[in-house]
Amino acid sequence: MRITEHPILKFEKGPLVEFEHDGRKLKGHEGESIAAALHAAGVRVLRHSIKLDRPRGFFCAIGRCSSCLMTVDGVPNVMTCVTALSAGMRIETQTGKGIIPDVHFPTPPTDPDYPRDLGNVPLAIVGAGPAGLSAAIAAGQLGVRSVVIDENPVPGGQLIKQTHMFFGSKEHHARVRGIDIGAILVKEIEDLPVDCLTGTTVLGLYPGRMLALLRNGRLHRLTADSVILATGASENMLAFPNSDLPGVYGAGAVQTLMNVDGVAPGKRVLMIGAGNIGLIVSYQLLQAGVEVAAVVEGLPEFGGYHVHAAKIRRAGVPIMTSHTVLRALGTDRVEGAVISKIDGDWRPIEGTEVELDVDTICLAVGLTPNCELASQFGCDEAYVAELGGRVAIHDASLETTVPGVHIAGDASGIEEASTAMLEGRLAGLSAAAKFLHDREMGELTRLRSEAEEGLRALRAGPFGKHARAGKRKMLALASARGGDS
Amino acid sequence: MSHRQDGILERRQLLPLVPSTERSACGPVAIIECVENIPCDPCVEACPKGAIRIEGDMNGTPSVDFDTCDGCGLCVSACPGLAIFVVDMSLDAGAATVSLPYEYTPLPSVGDTVVTLSREGKVLGEGTVKRVLQALALDRTPIVTLSVPADHAMDVRHFLAKDVTA
Ligand SMILES: Cc1cc2nc3c(=O)[nH]c(=O)nc-3n(C[C@H](O)[C@H](O)[C@H](O)COP(=O)(O)OP(=O)(O)OC[C@H]3O[C@@H](n4cnc5c(N)ncnc54)[C@H](O)[C@@H]3O)c2cc1C
Ligand code: SF4
Ligand code: SF4
Repeated sequence: MRITEHPILKFEKGPLVEFEHDGRKLKGHEGESIAAALHAAGVRVLRHSIKLDRPRGFFCAIGRCSSCLMTVDGVPNVMTCVTALSAGMRIETQTGKGIIPDVHFPTPPTDPDYPRDLGNVPLAIVGAGPAGLSAAIAAGQLGVRSVVIDENPVPGGQLIKQTHMFFGSKEHHARVRGIDIGAILVKEIEDLPVDCLTGTTVLGLYPGRMLALLRNGRLHRLTADSVILATGASENMLAFPNSDLPGVYGAGAVQTLMNVDGVAPGKRVLMIGAGNIGLIVSYQLLQAGVEVAAVVEGLPEFGGYHVHAAKIRRAGVPIMTSHTVLRALGTDRVEGAVISKIDGDWRPIEGTEVELDVDTICLAVGLTPNCELASQFGCDEAYVAELGGRVAIHDASLETTVPGVHIAGDASGIEEASTAMLEGRLAGLSAAAKFLHDREMGELTRLRSEAEEGLRALRAGPFGKHARAGKRKMLALASARGGDS
Repeated sequence: MSHRQDGILERRQLLPLVPSTERSACGPVAIIECVENIPCDPCVEACPKGAIRIEGDMNGTPSVDFDTCDGCGLCVSACPGLAIFVVDMSLDAGAATVSLPYEYTPLPSVGDTVVTLSREGKVLGEGTVKRVLQALALDRTPIVTLSVPADHAMDVRHFLAKDVTA
C-alpha cells in the first residue's frame, strides 16, 4: 500500500529496518511514524478500547485524538501516529489501559543547547503553521526577536501535506503549492532573528507569560513579553454506527498518511463532506492512485468551490448532495458503508439506502479551533458558530482579553492558509508594537493597514460570508469586554 | 440540477465561456470554466497578452477577450482550479484539439490512444495524444493535447489511459 508513483511528490524515506509487531517481524522505514509503517504492512487495528474492547485504528494522525495508543518496547499508551519508527522496536496491540511496567525509565540525556530554563524572549509564538511563521516574519522584519514552537518535527503546520496549488493573488503566493509555500516561509525566517523549536510541545501557559515546554521527554520553561497563539485546528468527528472502526479516518489524517508518509489509506474510499477539504482530499486520493467511490454531502448544495468539484467529477467521482452515511460495515475494519438520501431535516429517506464497497471512510466534516492554551491562560472565550466553535475573544489587532497574548490563524476562527498568513502578520505586527520606537509607528500603522486590507479583500466574496459574520461578532464581543474594564 | 449540486456546469453557464464559431475557426483559444466569485486571480497574471480580465477585486469571475487570446496555453497550468482548457477548431475537417492540465501518473506518450471523458466523467470516445508539455515553468502541472473529433471538442475535459487488456 505504499505509493510508488506520484505526480507531485517524491518520498524521501529512511533506510528499511526490521521491527516486531505482536511477535511478527515486519519491515518499515526508519523515521516514519509507527502507525504509517504498520498501515503500509496492512495492520489497521492498533488497540482495543477500554470498556467495550472495540478495535481501534488511528483517526487524526497528528497526535491529538489518542485513538492510536499502543505498547512500544513495553511502554503503554504511546501515540504511534507521531512516534518515529526505529530498528528493533517491539510494538504490541494494546488492550485496555495498558500496564505501566515496574522499571526505572531511563532519564533522557541533558542537551546543553536546551537547558531547563530557556530564559526570556520578546515574543513567543506557539505553532509554526502559516499563521505562526508569518507572525515571526512580520515581527522579525521590524527587528523583534521571536521563538516559534511547534510539536511537529518540521515547521509548516497543515501546509506540509497540501500538494495542490493555492488560490488568492500573487501576494498570497497564489498558484504555488501548499508544500512550497511552507518552504518559502521557512526560508524567510532563516535570515531573521527567529528561532524555530520543532519537536516541542507547549503544555501550558502560566502567570508571567511563562510557557511550559516538553522537548525530547524533558520539561523546559520559557518566558515571553508577548505571546501569539497560532495553534491551528482539530478535525471534527461524526457519530454513526461503527464510526470507531479502523478505516474511518479524518481527512487531515488521510492527507498525512498519503502525502507525508507516502502510504495509501486504502483501495477505495468514501468521502464524507463536500466542502473544499473533502473535494481537495478526494482529488489528492485520485492522484495517489486510490479510487474514490463517492463524495456524500448532507446539505442540498456542496460548500466547496465548483472548480474543485469539477476536477473530481470529470474523473468520474459522483458528488451526492442531500446524502449521508448511515453506518460503516465490518467487524475489525471498514469493509463497506451504507449511504442514504436525507430529507430537509436530515432524516434518512426509506428505500434510498445504497451499500458501497469501500475499505476506508474519510471524514471531512469541518474543523474546530484549538483554544486549550488560551482557555487555560484565562482568555475570555465565546462560541461563534461561523468561526467553527469556541474561540478566544480578540480585538481588531488580534489581542485576546489577556494583555500581551494574541491569537491568529485557524485558532482564531477556521479559514484558509491565505488568511492565516495575513492574520499572522497582523498579530506579529501588533505584538511587535511595544518594542518599537515612536518614529517607527508610522511604518507599523502602514503595514498593519496593508494586512487588514488584504484580509478584507480575501473575505469579500460569497465564500467569505461566514468569516465576515464571525469576525463581526468577535469585534462586538471584544468591544463589549473593553467597555467593562 | 445546479452546478452546486452535482458539480457540472449547465449549458447556459457554458455558452458565454465559449467563443463564436468564426473565432473558433481562426485558431486555438482559451476556455475558462470558472464561474464563481472566488478569491483568485493568477490567470490574469499568467497571460502575456493581457487577454484575461477580472472585473473589480480578485473575487470577480475571469473572462477571456477571444480576439486577443492566441491560445498559447500559458494560463492553463497557472490556474489552481485546473479550470482552463485550450481548444483548437481550426484544423482540417472534422478534427480538433483539446489541451488540458493533467496532474496524474503515468503521463501518456505522444501517439497514445486514450479514452476521452466529459465533465461528468462519462466516456465520449477516443482521442490521440498530440503533445505532452512538461516544462519546469509548469510546476508539475503538465499540459496534454489530445486530438479529438470536432464535435467532441467542447465536451472532452479529461481522459483515461486506454487499458490494453480491455
Ligand atoms: C485538505 C486541506 C486543504 C486546504 N486547502 C487550502 C487551500 O487551498 N488554500 C488555503 O488558503 N487554505 C487551505 N487549507 C487551510 C489551511 O491549511 C489552514 O487554514 C491553515 O493551515 C491554518 O494555518 P494555521 O497556522 O492557523 O494552523 P496550522 O497550519 O494548523 O498550524 C498550527 C500548528 O501549531 C502546532 N501546535 C498546536 N498546538 C501546539 C502546542 N500546544 N504546542 C506546539 N505546537 C502546537 C500544530 O502542530 C501545527 O503545526 C486547507 C486545509 C486542509 C486540511
Ligand atoms: S491561452 Fe495564452 S493568450 Fe490565451 S488567455 Fe491563456 S495565456 Fe492568454
Ligand atoms: S486562476 Fe483559475 S480558478 Fe483562479 S480565477 Fe483564474 S480561472 Fe478561476
